[in-house]
Amino acid sequence: MTIATKSFALLGAVTAAVTAAGVTEVQAQEQEKCYGISLAGENDCAAGPGTTCAGTSTVDYQGNAWTFVAAGTCVTMEKDGGRMGSLEPLDRDLPA
Amino acid sequence: MTGQTGFATALLDPARPTPEGLMNPFGGPAGKRFDVYRNNVTVSLTEALETGFPTVRKLVGDAFFKAMAGVYLRANPPADPRLALYGTSFPGFLARFGPVAHLAYLPDVARLDLGLRQSYHAADAAPFDTGGMDPAEVLAQRPRLAPATLVLSSRHPVHGIWRFNTDPDAPRPPAGQQDVLIARRQFDPVPHLLPPGGITLARALKGRLTLAEAMTRTLAVHPSADIAALVTLMFTSGALTPGA
Amino acid sequence: MLDSSAPRALPAAAGIGYKAQHFTGLMADPGPVAWLEIHAENYMGAGGRPLAQLRALAERFPISVHGVGLSIGGEAPLDADHLSRLRHLCDWLEPASFSEHLAWSTHETGFLNDLLPLPYTDATLARVCDHIDRVQEVLGRRMLLENPSTYLAFAESEMDEVSFLSEIARRTGCGLLLDVNNVFVSATNQGWDARAYVDAFPLDAVGEIHLGGHDEDTDDHGRPLLIDSHGRAVIDPVWTLYAHTIARTGPRPTLIEWDNDVPPLPELLAEAARAAAILTPVEAAR
Repeated sequence: MTIATKSFALLGAVTAAVTAAGVTEVQAQEQEKCYGISLAGENDCAAGPGTTCAGTSTVDYQGNAWTFVAAGTCVTMEKDGGRMGSLEPLDRDLPA
Repeated sequence: MTGQTGFATALLDPARPTPEGLMNPFGGPAGKRFDVYRNNVTVSLTEALETGFPTVRKLVGDAFFKAMAGVYLRANPPADPRLALYGTSFPGFLARFGPVAHLAYLPDVARLDLGLRQSYHAADAAPFDTGGMDPAEVLAQRPRLAPATLVLSSRHPVHGIWRFNTDPDAPRPPAGQQDVLIARRQFDPVPHLLPPGGITLARALKGRLTLAEAMTRTLAVHPSADIAALVTLMFTSGALTPGA
Repeated sequence: MLDSSAPRALPAAAGIGYKAQHFTGLMADPGPVAWLEIHAENYMGAGGRPLAQLRALAERFPISVHGVGLSIGGEAPLDADHLSRLRHLCDWLEPASFSEHLAWSTHETGFLNDLLPLPYTDATLARVCDHIDRVQEVLGRRMLLENPSTYLAFAESEMDEVSFLSEIARRTGCGLLLDVNNVFVSATNQGWDARAYVDAFPLDAVGEIHLGGHDEDTDDHGRPLLIDSHGRAVIDPVWTLYAHTIARTGPRPTLIEWDNDVPPLPELLAEAARAAAILTPVEAAR
């Protein structure tokens, strides 16, 4: 790509982006989504509900307690049927 | 061990006896009365993790999550009183926790849950506004990532997994790796699937480069990147704030 | 810095503990709610919706900042970082009141997220007073200290809770927050007389009253063990104890606390209206 076509490509890309930003700006006020985050990790001064066993039970995770593993919506991926590769150290960027 | 050290240690270790010197009002052993405190600590911190990691909880189920949260919180109680920050070490814990070793994507899903919460509480910033500028002017600007903007690169389809567990109409996650951009237009963080080259563009925008320089760098590393789609996502998601 | 015309003192009227899900409803029609209380630790983020909502609420309502994590009853020195976070919040919000608990929650192991009990001795009294002196010095304001709900007793305690709180107020000049539900819960759990507790309490120092719901359980011997769960309506015996208190103190700012299983706003407003009726008996009689 020549310098001229490259800057033409950048201009085109930015033009598209500016147009899209102009359109979505109008919807900014009503397009609120909150996945329950507002209620996550709230401090309060209440005690827990009742003297259930939750505070006193020990779970030995090397024992049978963990054999009921993962009763939730554990996903199997399309195609590879859940055989995911080993996890590598995550490259996660925090805000500068 | 005396005083609050003994009290705190016994709170977090149900195998320990009730500390000396604690009584019922008639001078007998405190018994179940001490368990009220054990329960309060464990239940309240478990709830903080449940609400803070909703996708992880869905993936492993309520009962399993509760049991796993109990193991985590006893070893890792909050470092300070702000529960909104609790669980920063939970993704790393999941990566080392044997019973979920087969769910290799779980730590990254936890990072996504945590990232949404961190973005929610991050500082406000003025949006990068291109109104009234011509494209050449826009290219010469030096926008930066807003404080509420986070980028997550994963070996796993974390965005698809998140959607599948959040939106009932979402498709099954595709195989393969996915990068995610978490950004806040006003107050609600949204995870966006970040197309190839997005991580490079985001990194470039952390420096003091112009938009044109950041785009050029991205294309140099990812010649086939859809740069128009990437810049559009950056502009429309609220990810950017004006540079100084 | 907020508008300087914002109200500065808690009115001797009914308030409720603020929950984010009630923001729109409260801004539209707060009914009998004259003020709001927030938990300080939920507003220590850098920005976002929590702080934006709080700024909007503070334009409209007197705000009470209620700390739940300072660990004033802790053996360790106060957490200087946390205290400066509280100072930052109080500096920009300029709340009508700041209160904390006679309890501890932080130890070397970390933050335990519960209001844990302490023995009442000369040594703990001196330590709590030092901590309150420090809080009042750093915040540059008088604080209120709340009586706790407790579930057990300490062999080493040397004085009763009312004497302990009275002496704290006398030595430090702090005010007290009288949680009438906590009185009822602790009195039941400890075998005290709740009305005698209120009658002995230094009521002149009371700057605020709390009301909330509790759960009922039993101890190992089948005796009643009440849990301060804030998960239901205030029960009638607590309302009676509250009316007895107000008859002695006159009207005081009164808060309805509901933290677990939080109901729709109308249910909270109904509880606030019930407190308001006791605060203004003339209106209630009509």
